[in-house]
Amino acid sequence: MNPIRKKRLYLIGAMVAGIGVAAWLALNAFDENLMFFFSPTEVVAGKAPTGHPFRIGGLVANESVKRRPDGLTTAFDVTDNDKTVTVEYTGILPDLFREGQGIVALGQLNEGGIFVASEVLAKHDENYMPPEVAESLKTAHDNAVGNTQPQASIQ
Amino acid sequence: MNVFMRWFHKMGSPKYFYEVSGKMIPWFMWTFIITLVYGLYQGMIVSPPDYQQGESVRIMYIHVPAAWMSMFIYVVMAVSGLISLVWRIKMTEIFVISSATVGASFTFLALATGSLWGKPMWGTWWVWDARLTSELILLFLYLGIIALHSAIEDKRVAARAISILALVGVVNIPIIHYSVEWWNTLHQTSSVTMTGKKAMSTSMLIPLLVMSVSFKLYYGAVVLMRARAELLERDRNTRWVEEVVQEDTK
Repeated sequence: MNPIRKKRLYLIGAMVAGIGVAAWLALNAFDENLMFFFSPTEVVAGKAPTGHPFRIGGLVANESVKRRPDGLTTAFDVTDNDKTVTVEYTGILPDLFREGQGIVALGQLNEGGIFVASEVLAKHDENYMPPEVAESLKTAHDNAVGNTQPQASIQ
Repeated sequence: MNVFMRWFHKMGSPKYFYEVSGKMIPWFMWTFIITLVYGLYQGMIVSPPDYQQGESVRIMYIHVPAAWMSMFIYVVMAVSGLISLVWRIKMTEIFVISSATVGASFTFLALATGSLWGKPMWGTWWVWDARLTSELILLFLYLGIIALHSAIEDKRVAARAISILALVGVVNIPIIHYSVEWWNTLHQTSSVTMTGKKAMSTSMLIPLLVMSVSFKLYYGAVVLMRARAELLERDRNTRWVEEVVQEDTK
């Protein structure tokens, strides 16, 4: 390679490396703000902002979804399998909302430590499979842990 | 010099490139159409619905290949830009601008289909999470490159300017790719990875891969067409273009 081209190559290399470092530093500085949501553990530890709305993300805990008497408000626990935060939401939930589903809710903690959400989004995971596969996986799992639903029997 | 480098050098000659690309375009076009029809048939009709998303999963067969293309084309542009800046090869300069519009289209397609999927699945058209925002920045980079190119009269100066912009923007590509791992995002993490983690059923993976090959062939055909047109315009006062035109009008 002739010296001029070599020089150009080094210059461009230095430019891209410099921008890369700058971007890395900037993203590191903004790390907190780039997080789309906080986990229940972070919320319980008090890392989430107080006084203005933030998002909480986690799984809807099993057997925690309760309808309030007004028929519109739903209360459920969001968990990361360590800590749990109770969320209250008035409105229509997305189709994917169910127990065990990942969700992201936007809102604020009230005095009672309940997260009052103004928006609930379902978070889809990276697993794609046909219904039959999901069904057989579930059956295999249930068999493995030995808690199959008791079959109705005629007596 | 090995075979590949010799071929690369030959393709750097405008006249040779014009002849060879003319022969390559129909191949790209036909293989594109065949894989597109097969991929769409597999994706829209044969493949099963998802256990959670139902039929909406079919959007993925367009969305994911389009998103892959948006990043792939950008990398092609950045590499062509690097070669243009260091070696000042005219053909790679032409490739940078010829790729930009196709790349922008794929980026838009990825964003639009993602939005259509997001409404029923997430419950929102758009969120400002790291993945969606960085992909939107990619669209702006493409549009910036196109705008910068048309703002500069001198084609060689324009090519150098957009090559620099393409190289500056290339830092965004790893950010898009790793955004779902580095930060909490609403967007799910990758289902198809090099490490071979099995997050997608084979019956869905096959149409997805066919579609991604199809989109690459489409890009091949379109980038060559655009490069030929750009080349003729740039070289309009040269001898070889005059010969090509005379040949065509005979």
